[in-house]
Amino acid sequence: MVDSEKKVFRNDNIAKVTGRAKYADDYTFHGMIHAVPVYTDSVHAEILSIDVTKAEDIDGVRKVLTWKDVPGQMAFGQINKDLYIFAKDKIRYHGDVIALVIADTREIALEASKLVHVELKELEPILDQEKALGDNTNLVNDMHEGNKIAHHHIRRGDAENAFTQCDLIVEREFKTSFVEHAYIEPECAFANPRADGVIELYGTFQHPFSTRRFVSAFLNRQFADFEVFSHPVGGSFGGKDDTISAIAARAALAASIFKVPVKILYDREWSFRESYKRNPYIMKYKYGFSKEGKLKAVNTYMLSESGAVTSTTPWSTWRSTAQCAGPYQVENVHTDVIGVATNNVFTGAMRGFGTPQVNFAIEQMMDISAEELGIDPIELRRINMVRQDCETITGQKLDGHIVSMEEVMDKIITESGYSDNVKKNSRGQSDSDEYYGTGIAISYRGSSVGAEGLDFAACIINCQFDGSIILDTGIHENGQGSQSAMMLALAKEFDVPLSRIKYTRSSTTSIPDSGTTVATRGTMMGISAIRKASIKLRKTIRDTLCDDFRCDPEDIRFENDKLAAGSYSLTWEEAMHKMFLHRTYPFAFGEYKAPRVSWNDDIGVGDAYFTYVYSCNVVELSVNKKTGKVKLLNITAGHDIGRAINEEMVKGQIYGGIAQGIGMALTEELKIEKGKILNPNFNKYKLPKTMDMPEINALIIENEDRSTPSGLKGIGEPATELIAAAISNAVYNATGKRQYSLPIKLEGEK
Amino acid sequence: MNTITVNGREHNIDDSLLEKKLLKYLREDLELTGTKNGCNVGACGSCTVLIDNVAKKSCVVSLSKVIGKSVTTIEGVEGSDGTLHPLQQAFIDAGAVQCGFCTPGMVMKGLDLLSKNPEPDRDEIRKAFNGNLCRCTGYQQIIDAVQIYVERQK
Ligand code: FES
Ligand code: FES
Repeated sequence: MVDSEKKVFRNDNIAKVTGRAKYADDYTFHGMIHAVPVYTDSVHAEILSIDVTKAEDIDGVRKVLTWKDVPGQMAFGQINKDLYIFAKDKIRYHGDVIALVIADTREIALEASKLVHVELKELEPILDQEKALGDNTNLVNDMHEGNKIAHHHIRRGDAENAFTQCDLIVEREFKTSFVEHAYIEPECAFANPRADGVIELYGTFQHPFSTRRFVSAFLNRQFADFEVFSHPVGGSFGGKDDTISAIAARAALAASIFKVPVKILYDREWSFRESYKRNPYIMKYKYGFSKEGKLKAVNTYMLSESGAVTSTTPWSTWRSTAQCAGPYQVENVHTDVIGVATNNVFTGAMRGFGTPQVNFAIEQMMDISAEELGIDPIELRRINMVRQDCETITGQKLDGHIVSMEEVMDKIITESGYSDNVKKNSRGQSDSDEYYGTGIAISYRGSSVGAEGLDFAACIINCQFDGSIILDTGIHENGQGSQSAMMLALAKEFDVPLSRIKYTRSSTTSIPDSGTTVATRGTMMGISAIRKASIKLRKTIRDTLCDDFRCDPEDIRFENDKLAAGSYSLTWEEAMHKMFLHRTYPFAFGEYKAPRVSWNDDIGVGDAYFTYVYSCNVVELSVNKKTGKVKLLNITAGHDIGRAINEEMVKGQIYGGIAQGIGMALTEELKIEKGKILNPNFNKYKLPKTMDMPEINALIIENEDRSTPSGLKGIGEPATELIAAAISNAVYNATGKRQYSLPIKLEGEK
Repeated sequence: MNTITVNGREHNIDDSLLEKKLLKYLREDLELTGTKNGCNVGACGSCTVLIDNVAKKSCVVSLSKVIGKSVTTIEGVEGSDGTLHPLQQAFIDAGAVQCGFCTPGMVMKGLDLLSKNPEPDRDEIRKAFNGNLCRCTGYQQIIDAVQIYVERQK
């Protein structure tokens, strides 16, 4: 393997640059039929009747499915069971599916879908979070009393009293918008019924095990009746879970009825309409400082819009709660974060998961406060930031890992030239056509799911007697390169070349459920499981071969593609052949359970996460006076991720994460009117393009993490959670105008 | 007879297909699934192919517009023995591939750029790729890839 390949090793590289990689819609199965969803034009209505007879009369239409055909639960979900496979009594948002037309071809299905007739009684839609919480309002979701679907809080110290003793009080309100995941591959699922009754599922699944849970609930069949395969997915970023799982269940239902493969392929417009988005936030922040700059008290009140379905809002709002004051120590905290149901498109997991929103507020609050205190904003951060062995706002002592907030911030300040550049800030005064500004933001982020859920992962190392190695883990590849990172880690464990290792074509049947590829946990958890399995496997091999070596088992070393002890050595192949002669499998199952975390929801206290990633972003930009257009000049980003397995891929995560944050900050605006999305495709919904992106200088900071055997902490989400905050600070430094809502829209000067 | 050439092979096009979009024809009729459908409205570039050596978004081109022309898709880029085109190798070496869904379109767009401008600088590369969306990479390593290719060709 040449060096360059090692540097950016990926097991799917060649397949992807040649177009040979097979994504969901690239599969066709013999005898496959097609299905398409049917929506109504309503966002809130009672369903009086659904008439499918006209659609079913069309030549080539097999059947039109509705809720009447569902054998299992009508609604399911990761937390609350309120995502409907087919709307039954009520339409709750514009993306609710009322029927599925199954036909010989997709074209026929599309034609027939227009003939499904629905009788509705329109209800007043609830489209405003604050109104939704009021008393005299319609209910969005029949599962809850009222429209409040989550409420977390922190009561630390006595904030009310502390404010009375503060020298400066700063109060501001911030807002963020819906953000579309915009994975470039739209949803697709197909179900292939096997002769033994098992239904195989292929599709754009972020997490096959999650999809299996949904499908089995909707179809009322056991887990083992489905095999969900892992194959290339065209991006997900948190977005290919609930919605695609419901789509998969519809395909599986159709396949179980007709006993032939059924494919459902989504148009981009349907994807925008039906799939969940990033939660919009309304955030009221109040900070109290001493005149020396000590942050004495924080009061925050936030609403997080969940839309018509609960999905993961109770978890993402929990993360917003635990991280509501950023990487700062505060003695007195009073926080309420409330998830609210409305008739807008629903929201769920998206890279960042409840922190890009709060960081947008927190890091501007720090700059605003610094200015009012007359203290340098960097100094103010230094005074208050988390440090080794300190206590977080949830009462967690940070003594299990290296707290590197200051190290990371200082590296990025030096690397970016921030200290000199701030002197050039225009603050609305400039002789040229442009204003210049630089901005900073820092953050810390709990790794993995924290006290949101149970956290464990499995891995199988299956060495073959010819020396090749088959690896499987329960962590799903979403294009981020997790399989490759795991292969690199395994190669290192035994000091064997990568060419020996192949990754299994994983499925829900090949390996135990290892949790979702979320929360920046995949690589950390998977590699920890590999470490555990490797320890077992080395022991098996040593115990078996120590007689051949005539030495103590512990004396056998694994190095350089060999096993060696004293002057005796075996090549890896020879060693594996000897295992065969000893009739012992060089096989190990490894499981890793993440360290315990804790949370008391009554008072908001606990060890929220077992470790934290520390991050800093600095941006330089200019604002055109006439047009108000923001041009990003460059970005410097640094993250302490514990340990980097595949450096170029880590950098790729940073670049891509920042691009998504830039979209949220500047270009992406989901236009919603009366609950309907007006710009459901990329011609009107503007993702950052090459010319919107500046050059990014990505710095990886490595303080090996002691809390898991992997030594690493992950990068996926930290990369996306603070650039919007840094940009907002820079825009202020350029124009002198504070930005309280995203995306930022600046008027040109006349 | 209506014919088009795809990756060097000639295909007859039935009159009934003339209004069909090239992308659909490639994926469904020829089963060349390397060309991707991300938006179907000409806004993302994942369906980019070369038509007479010029990059076009195949989701908005009807077959009638391609009659008599020569189309190259991602499947026609590697050598017949499977050797990667140096630009494909450069994408790998630069770490320009993540989910890979945009990658075929990016490679095609890159070939188009390099045929017009064999030594583009970073700004020129950014300009050329402005119609091709990628949600994973932030584009930086894609631009690196084109530069690596240019360096290696010198
Ligand atoms: S699929 Fe053709 S441009 Fe998006
Ligand atoms: S690599 Fe995923 S869209 Fe470009």
